[in-house]
Amino acid sequence: MTVASKQHLIDPEICIRCYTCEMTCPIGAIEHDDNNVVVNADICNFCMDCIPVCPTGSIDEWRVVSTPYSLEDQYEWTELPAQEDFPSSANESETGIEALDPEMAALLAEAHKGAGGKAVAPASAAKPVINLHTIGKPAKATVQGNYRLTAQDSDSDVRHIILSFESDKFPVLEGQSVGIIPPGLDEQGNPYLPRLYSVSSPRDGERPNFNNISLTVKREDGGVCSNYVCDLKSGDTVDVTGPFGATFLLPEDPQARLLMICTGTGSAPMRAFTMRRQRTVGEKSGGMTLFFGARSSDTLPYFGPLNKVPEKLLKKHMVFSRVPGQAKEYVQDRLLSEQEDVAELLSDPNCYIYICGLRGMEEGIERSFTSIAESIGLQWTTLRDAMREEGRYHVETY
Amino acid sequence: MVDLINVSYDTQIPNNVGLSEDRKVLKALEKWHPGYINWWNGLIPEQFQKSQVYLRTAVSVDPKGWASFGYVNMPEYRWGVLLAPQVEDRKIPFGEHKGEPAWQEVPGEYRNMLKRLIVIQGDTEPGSVEQQRFLGLTAPSLYDLRNLFQVNVEEGRHLWAMVYLLHKYFGKDGREEADDLLRRSSGSDEAPRMLGAFNEETPDWLSFFMFTYFTDRDGKMQLESLAQSGFDPLSRTCRFMLTEEAHHMFVGETGIGRTIDRTCQVMNENGITDPYDINRIRELGVIDLPTMQKKLNLHYTLSLDLFGQEVSTNAANAFNAGIKGRYMEPRIDDDHQLTNDTYKVWDLVDGKLTHHEVPALTAINMRLRDDYVRDAAGGIGRWNKIIEKAGIEFEMKLPHEAFNRKIGVFANLNFDPEGNLLSDEEYKAGVPQWLPNKSDGDFIQSLMVPVSEPGKYAGWISPPKVGIDSKPGDFEYVKLHMA
Repeated sequence: MTVASKQHLIDPEICIRCYTCEMTCPIGAIEHDDNNVVVNADICNFCMDCIPVCPTGSIDEWRVVSTPYSLEDQYEWTELPAQEDFPSSANESETGIEALDPEMAALLAEAHKGAGGKAVAPASAAKPVINLHTIGKPAKATVQGNYRLTAQDSDSDVRHIILSFESDKFPVLEGQSVGIIPPGLDEQGNPYLPRLYSVSSPRDGERPNFNNISLTVKREDGGVCSNYVCDLKSGDTVDVTGPFGATFLLPEDPQARLLMICTGTGSAPMRAFTMRRQRTVGEKSGGMTLFFGARSSDTLPYFGPLNKVPEKLLKKHMVFSRVPGQAKEYVQDRLLSEQEDVAELLSDPNCYIYICGLRGMEEGIERSFTSIAESIGLQWTTLRDAMREEGRYHVETY
Repeated sequence: MVDLINVSYDTQIPNNVGLSEDRKVLKALEKWHPGYINWWNGLIPEQFQKSQVYLRTAVSVDPKGWASFGYVNMPEYRWGVLLAPQVEDRKIPFGEHKGEPAWQEVPGEYRNMLKRLIVIQGDTEPGSVEQQRFLGLTAPSLYDLRNLFQVNVEEGRHLWAMVYLLHKYFGKDGREEADDLLRRSSGSDEAPRMLGAFNEETPDWLSFFMFTYFTDRDGKMQLESLAQSGFDPLSRTCRFMLTEEAHHMFVGETGIGRTIDRTCQVMNENGITDPYDINRIRELGVIDLPTMQKKLNLHYTLSLDLFGQEVSTNAANAFNAGIKGRYMEPRIDDDHQLTNDTYKVWDLVDGKLTHHEVPALTAINMRLRDDYVRDAAGGIGRWNKIIEKAGIEFEMKLPHEAFNRKIGVFANLNFDPEGNLLSDEEYKAGVPQWLPNKSDGDFIQSLMVPVSEPGKYAGWISPPKVGIDSKPGDFEYVKLHMA
C-alpha cells in the first residue's frame, strides 16, 4: 500500500537559480544541476529554513504525493506538475498532515486538542486532498446563496452560505474545513489570515455534482471574517483556501455507527455527515445519533430541515437551554438522561464519536462520558485514548 | 554574553557584533551615521521617504529571522551591521596560508590590499543607489516600486557592512575611507565612483532590470570570492550580503522576463509575427525584442569590464595571500594554491582570437569572469523559453566577450557581437544595430509612466507570477504618501 506524503518542491518557472536555499539548507537536502534546483525528498525534514531566504517565492511549493518525485524527475521539469488527484490512493491519516500552511495547521491542532492526543482519521475514511489552494493562490468562489438559518427575531444570526467554484477544482470531504480570506488589512496593515470554516455539505456538493459547497457561519460581534461572510450577496466572489483537515472525517464503512454531539455552528460537519449517509444509504438505518444543543429552537441552525430527517436514519436529540417555562438543559444533561443508549454506543467497537462546537462544551461532555463509562465498568480516559488512536474519537472546538 | 545570531537594538545601529560593548567602534559609527542619513535623505525623492514601503528587514542572521516583512518608512529602515555566524575553527581555504586558522584580525602584511578591496566593494553599493535615484518617479507598478526600494535599502546596508569593517579594523585611515564613500558620487566630475559601470546613468526601468541582472551579478561574483577570504570578518560579512544580493538578481531576471512576456503577448494579440517589425511593435506601447537585445549587449559588456584585466598580478597576489578566493572555491577540485596549474585566457594573435594557457594564479580574474558568463547565461535561456512559448521566432543572445570592451585584451578593438574583428567603417556601420542609441533611449523613456494603483501595471510590462512574501496580486506594496 502506498502512503501519501508531503513533498517539498521548487517551481522551476519562478526560480532564478541563485542557490541561496541550497547554501542555507542545514542538512544538504537541496542540490542543483545546470537545469534546475531540486529538493531531495529522502533528506528534507521540512525545517523551513529555506523558505524565508528565497527571493522569488518559488521555494514555497508543496505536493501531497503517493510516490515522491525523484531528483531525476525534478531535474527534467520545465514546470511544476499539478497536484495529483487523490480521492482514492493516499492516506493522510498515516502522515497526520492536516494542512501544509503552518498557520492553518496550528489552527486545526488547536481545534483538535480536546481529543486529548494526536488526532487519527477513521481507518476507512476516504483520502482527503489538502492545501490545494493557498493564501498566495486561493480558489475563486462565487456566492450562490446566503440564507438566514435562525429566526429573524432571534439575536443569533447564523447563515447558510453556498459557494460555487467555477473553474477551480475543490475536492472536499465531509468534516474538512476551508479558509476564507476577508478582504482588507488588519490594524498592523497586514492582510488578514484566512479563517477556518467547517464545510456543511457532502463531498459531491451542496447540490450533487455542481462543484459547490455550503458553510454554516454565525455572525460574531466585531468579527471581521464572520461579518464579511454573513454579508455576502449572491454573485460576490470570495477567496477560498484549503481544503484543510485530514482526521475529522467520516468512516466509509456503512456499518459504522456515529455519535455526534454539537452546538451552534458545530453542526456543520454533522450536517455534511448526515447528508453523505443519506445520499449513500438512502432511507435505511443510518446508525447515527445526534445530540444538538442550542438556546431555543429558533436559534438552532437547520431546525426545520433536521426535523424532516427520518429518525431511523438519524436519531435526534435537540436540547434547549433557554426555553421559557422549562428547566435549562445542556447536551451533557441529555447524554446522562440517555445513559443506556450512550453506554451501548461507547462499548461498541464500531462506534465513532464526533464533538464539534464551542470549547466550553468539552468539560461537561467529558464529565458525562466519565460517569457513563463508569456505569459499564470502564475508565473514560483509557477508553477515549484507545478510541482516538483507532480514529474513533474526534473533537473540533473553538 | 554577546548574542551573535539575533540583532541587537540596544544601540542606534542594529547589529549582531556586540557593538554596545565595543565603545570605540560604536562611537566612530555613530559619528558616521548622520552623514549617511543625510546622503540617503538627499537622494531619494521626499514623497517616497514619507511613504510606507512593504520591506523585509533582517531581525537575525539565522534563516528564520533574516526576512521579516512589514511596512517601513525608509529613513527609519534598520540599516545595521550583520555578519553570518562564525564557523568554528575555520581555516584559510586557499593560497599560501591554506590550512592556517582564519584571521580574526587584519594581517599586517596584507593590510593595504585588504583595505583596497573593501573600499572598492563599498564604493559600488551607494553608487548604484545614486544611479537609480529617480526611477521611483516612473515605476510601472507599486510592486516594482517596492522592489526598487528593497534593492536600494539593501545596497545601503551593504555600505554599512563595509564601513563597519573599515572602522573596526583599519583605524584612522579606515575612517577616512568611510567618509570618502559618502563624498564620492555617481557620475560626478570631481569625485566619481571608482568603477566605470557605476558612473553610468540608469535612465529607465529596462536599464534598471538590466543593471540588476548583469551588473549586480558581477557584485554577486565578487562577494562570492570575498566570502572565501581568510580574513574571517570579511568572509562573514559577504556571506550574509549574498543572501540579500539574490533578491537583486531576482528583480533583474523577472523584470526583463516580464518585459519580454508583455511584448510577445501584445505582438500575438495584434497578429505581429516579425520581431523586427519594430515601428508597429513600438506603436503598441511595448519594447521590441531587438531593442532589448541591444540593451542586453550594452549592460553585459559594461559588466564584463568590471572583472578587470584577464591576466592580473593584483588578483594573483590577493589569491596567494588568502584574501580573495574563487567562485565556489570549496567545490573546485585542485590544490587551492595553483602551484602548477594553468588556465586558458583569450588572446589576439595576428588579428585572430585564440585561447592560450597561462599560470592559473595570474588568471583569477578570467576564471571569475568565465564563471560569471556561465551564471549570466542561465537567465537568457529562461527568457528565450518565454519567447518560444509565445511562438515568436527570436532568440536573445549573450554577445561575444570581445564586443564593446574598454578593459582587457579586447579593449577598444572593433569586434562585432559574433566576435569578428572589423574595420573602423564596418564597425561604425554596425553599431546602431548592436547598441542602443539615443532614439532607442527616447522611445523607452516615453513608455516610463508611473502606475500607482495596487495590482495595476504599466502597459509595457506583465505582472509578476508570484507576489513578494506570497502576497496577492492587488496587494498595496507601497502606501504612497500624498502631499
